[in-house]
Amino acid sequence: MSADTVTRTAPAESTVTAVGRMTSLARAELTLLARSRATFFAAVFVPLILPLSLRSTVEDMDLKGSGLSVGSVILPSAIGFSLLFAVYSSLVSVYAARREELVLKRLRTGELRDAEILMGAAVPSVLIGLVQSLVLTAACAALMDVGTPEAPLLAVLGLLLGLMMWPALAAVTASFSRSVEGAQVAAMPLLLISMVGSGTVVPFEVMPDRLARFCELLPLSPVITLIRGGWAGNLSTSETLGALATALAWIVLAVFAVHKWFRWEPRR
Amino acid sequence: MNTNEPVIEVTDLRRVYGGGFEAVRGVSFEVARGELFALLGTNGAGKTSTVELIEGLARPSGGQVRVLGHDPYSERSAVRPRIGLMLQEGGFPSELTVSETVRMWAGCTSGARPESEALSLVGLTRRADVRVKQLSGGEKRRLDLALALLGRPEVLFLDEPTTGLDAEGRQETWELVRELRAQGTTVLLTTHYLEEAEGLADRLAILHAGKIAVSGTPAEVTASQPSRISFELPSGYFPGDLPPLDSLGVTGHEVTGRVIRLRTNELQRAATGLLTWAEQAGVELRGLDIRSGSLEEAFLRIARHVSEQDAQAERAGQAGQTEQSQFSEKEHVA
Repeated sequence: MSADTVTRTAPAESTVTAVGRMTSLARAELTLLARSRATFFAAVFVPLILPLSLRSTVEDMDLKGSGLSVGSVILPSAIGFSLLFAVYSSLVSVYAARREELVLKRLRTGELRDAEILMGAAVPSVLIGLVQSLVLTAACAALMDVGTPEAPLLAVLGLLLGLMMWPALAAVTASFSRSVEGAQVAAMPLLLISMVGSGTVVPFEVMPDRLARFCELLPLSPVITLIRGGWAGNLSTSETLGALATALAWIVLAVFAVHKWFRWEPRR
Repeated sequence: MNTNEPVIEVTDLRRVYGGGFEAVRGVSFEVARGELFALLGTNGAGKTSTVELIEGLARPSGGQVRVLGHDPYSERSAVRPRIGLMLQEGGFPSELTVSETVRMWAGCTSGARPESEALSLVGLTRRADVRVKQLSGGEKRRLDLALALLGRPEVLFLDEPTTGLDAEGRQETWELVRELRAQGTTVLLTTHYLEEAEGLADRLAILHAGKIAVSGTPAEVTASQPSRISFELPSGYFPGDLPPLDSLGVTGHEVTGRVIRLRTNELQRAATGLLTWAEQAGVELRGLDIRSGSLEEAFLRIARHVSEQDAQAERAGQAGQTEQSQFSEKEHVA
């Protein structure tokens, strides 16, 4: 290339930042979320209502000797539901819908990088998940006497890992569907397994040992373990490290799978 | 400034899809700064497959692409801020308004024009508050164009920009593209409207089955095509009664019923000879049609010619197979 061209060309490199681009995309996604009533309702209200239905079940549980209180069983579960419904389930729909409408393909023609597209689109759902978790914590503290966390850092870490893991898992799930409806079906297995097996409804402490050890490896499990342990302060170092390792492994695995298999265009 | 420096360089480009289908089979061309280059082709000729590689949306299976001196796929961040592009089909969330869509895109684009400017360029100002799902097909195309132009690109990729537009919308888009070109924008256009290519392009290439069948300026491509004369043979006359076709400069002829079709590279000579003969014989040539080579002609001929070649190759292949089976039979007998 001649020197002339180099001096002549106007913006030789990008003048918008990655954060700026993602903010712009996130704003548009937030507008879209607000306009899609069904998704909005499922994301915002379901996780706030579900824990209430859990209360009587937990109160009937035999928690003696497990070191748990009703509040410290319900709060991590409530945060788990928030991750499952407000973040995971709604993002699976968002990714599938944007792909089917060719929005993802069009976005990829611009300056946004692939990761920025997926992360920017996830921002509204992640924010809802975060705000919900904080609201739920406040509500549990006020209504169920959940007490103050013994190891707050672990609880925060658990929540943050969850907020990183579930958008990535949503992108993986969206890859295995051909439509928005199909995406909702594709999301069911992980949704159900997580609700039953990750200690949200039945704490590991009351499960048979072998089953508990398997269920601890599910993606939502380390998040629940860290938050619950953060409140109870009863996690040993090896339990803590195990949960952290499980969570990180799922994140790495999900990011790898997205990188390798995410579909940006509808199948024709 | 050197205006001849190529802005787009494509060398022996190949694209093989997962199933083994080779959509692009060794395409090479260059587009100079400020030039408008059109890629023509029938459906499935490989236009979009080629353009997607130049836009950096996919990695070529073979060959090389340079846009503004960079590899558009691996050096995407160096190329993207300087190009604008429009895909064959939009891809905008249907629940956003036109204005929200432009704002979203502007936040992702270096040196974006103000929203009002972008919308007035394509005549969508009055539709700013309308949701994308309520736009007509033509309006969606224009919104797409507005986004392609948002970053004042040096290079503009337009994949069938006027498909779905009415005649007026098409004229307006052509006017806009001409203006941009006059301001020095380099444009790579794909289209299946031949008049669009003829009217806009400085140079063009006709793709067929993943290869460039012919390229040049519209005038060159047209000139390479034979002119045609057709007429009805007067009653009582036979094809043999016509003057010797060689002497008229006719290179080929077809007889369908009483209709005679002649091909020639010397239209004036052939037409004069034919009309003189008719004058002297005192006959009227009904349905007389004399036309010089056109882009359409070139286009159709390429499509026909190549499919004939394919058919021939297929026949040859079958013949080969039969021969082989006979041969093996003989061997068996021996």
